[in-house]
Amino acid sequence: MAALSLGVVAATFHPAGTALPEFLQPAFMQRAVVAAILVGLAAPAIGIYLVQRRMALMGDGIGHVALLGVALGLLLHASPVWTAVVVATLGAIAIEVVRARGAASGDVALALLFYGGIAGGVVLIGLSDSGSNANLLSYLFGSLTTVAPGDLVTIAILTLAVLAVTVGLSRALFAVCQDEEYARVAGLPVRALNLLLAISAAVTVTVAMQVVGVLLISALMVVPVATAQQVTRGFRATLWLAILLGVAYAVSGVTFSYYADTASGASIVLLAIAGFALVTILTAVVRRGRAPETEIYEDEVAVGLAEGQA
Amino acid sequence: MSDSSPSQQQPRRPVGDTARSNPQGAAPTGDASLDRGTGRLDSDRPDQKAGRPTGAAESSITSNGSAPDSSTALARSERTAATVAELDSAVVVLGGRVVLRRVSAEVEEGEVVAVLGANGSGKSTLVRALVGLVPLRDGEARLYGRPLPRFKEWRRIGYVPQRTTAAAGVPATVREVVTSGRLSYTGVLGRLGKNDRIAIDDALATVGVSDRARDSVARLSGGQQQRVLIARALAARPDLLILDEPMAGVDLANQRALADTLAALHADGTTILLVLHELGPLAPLIDRAIVLRDGRVVHDGAPPPAIGYHADPAHDHVHPHAPAEEPGWLR
Repeated sequence: MAALSLGVVAATFHPAGTALPEFLQPAFMQRAVVAAILVGLAAPAIGIYLVQRRMALMGDGIGHVALLGVALGLLLHASPVWTAVVVATLGAIAIEVVRARGAASGDVALALLFYGGIAGGVVLIGLSDSGSNANLLSYLFGSLTTVAPGDLVTIAILTLAVLAVTVGLSRALFAVCQDEEYARVAGLPVRALNLLLAISAAVTVTVAMQVVGVLLISALMVVPVATAQQVTRGFRATLWLAILLGVAYAVSGVTFSYYADTASGASIVLLAIAGFALVTILTAVVRRGRAPETEIYEDEVAVGLAEGQA
Repeated sequence: MSDSSPSQQQPRRPVGDTARSNPQGAAPTGDASLDRGTGRLDSDRPDQKAGRPTGAAESSITSNGSAPDSSTALARSERTAATVAELDSAVVVLGGRVVLRRVSAEVEEGEVVAVLGANGSGKSTLVRALVGLVPLRDGEARLYGRPLPRFKEWRRIGYVPQRTTAAAGVPATVREVVTSGRLSYTGVLGRLGKNDRIAIDDALATVGVSDRARDSVARLSGGQQQRVLIARALAARPDLLILDEPMAGVDLANQRALADTLAALHADGTTILLVLHELGPLAPLIDRAIVLRDGRVVHDGAPPPAIGYHADPAHDHVHPHAPAEEPGWLR
């Protein structure tokens, strides 16, 4: 592994005798890369709405609660993915109820939920038969080897469901997250759309938790969006660019993790943050080179309009 | 620039726009009574509308539009106006504080009505109650004769909430924000058709932001963002436009542009209800003013002349949401 880690790029383009690049030859890596692509699609697609609503850390909270679901699955010898879907969904609905009420004590209620979830998860994983520290760490920070063959189908179905909601209903979800009061007066089913969004976020967390880990999933929801919006002017453009970046980060992070023998989630997140920093610097350089923006022009339009209509 | 003049946008409404052909909403007589909670004590209503029947009989008034026993409404409306929006003894309690104390008010079709009052007087809450954004503790809100929980024709209402910015946490183009205004037509799942695109183009042109359609709203000035929010409401081609402090944080040139836009809409038959801190450039447009103080209507009639500091149109008027009372706005 140490020798392999020397040449990440070189090995990627070195087929080693077959059509597949070297890192794709082990079956677990094929599953990890497919899972990474699915995660890279789903996480920014839901994350953009959380960022739009300025609730970027909601995914983090759901991730904390999802660990409790994983632990229940391990304890009951059920599929951790499905138990995590159920528990994370319940947690997301609870978060949405607290948010919609807007109560002053909401912060404390959310803290109880998040830390109760992660503490309960850690204790229950410790109690379960398969409860090792390595197992716990792989769910917290992501691991290449946790994606079981049966999980892949589950992950694919859940990703399709998330994309159907986040892309298919994008105009309505955009309106609700842009201005919830306006959406209510426009007669949109705001409560149902909010619940759908919360459930989709929970499903995304469980899709992502094996490769990215429950503590880092929020980064893959938020950082591609934050990167994309530095160069975009519109919502649709931001959505598609963030999804593209999400897939790129996830796949390259998994590849890096294979050669460097690091936690896959941490590798993905570090790459994403590096990408964010790079784009920030590049846009700053480009902006400096450009002429000042259109402030004067705006005033001229306003005055000209007023005079033209007087 | 010339393409932003509202006069060139008329007629704004295509003939096939069926939503407006039925101003009475065809509410079957008597259905209002089904909506009333059983808890209300009719006896504790003040007689602000003397002789007004309550309970089951209300619907017959609001659904035939001419309100035979509402003498004030009759006197005011020579154009056989129908009541399009109405609060009836509305009580609103927010955070343990009584914000509206049995407020009754109505807006007739074709009117331009201003709701005035100091900060904290309840003027914003009045329109928010009217569109169902704050719950009523008692009383009733009606739109087009329908009690609010049963009102479904939201496309007839164009609502412009009180905002200092049209932007959120993710960039959005002006056109994307205005496109939200068509959701009341397309529904959650529907696609944008040709009519939707025409309506969006018209709305952008009416407020004069067509040339900024592809720009991010966050890069527009405060006044232009306010116009984008109005365009979003106009995209549904509403019959009733409700604006909550549209002039807050808007420079004088943009205020005049907004006033011209609203005048053109009014001339086109749109009913307008707006919350204002002072009349400003809109003064010539206002048919009637409802003045609130401490949650009560203290004046309902001709717009009051501005006095003192507030009479100066150049004075600093940017104080949305300031909790402080401003006694003496109207003496």
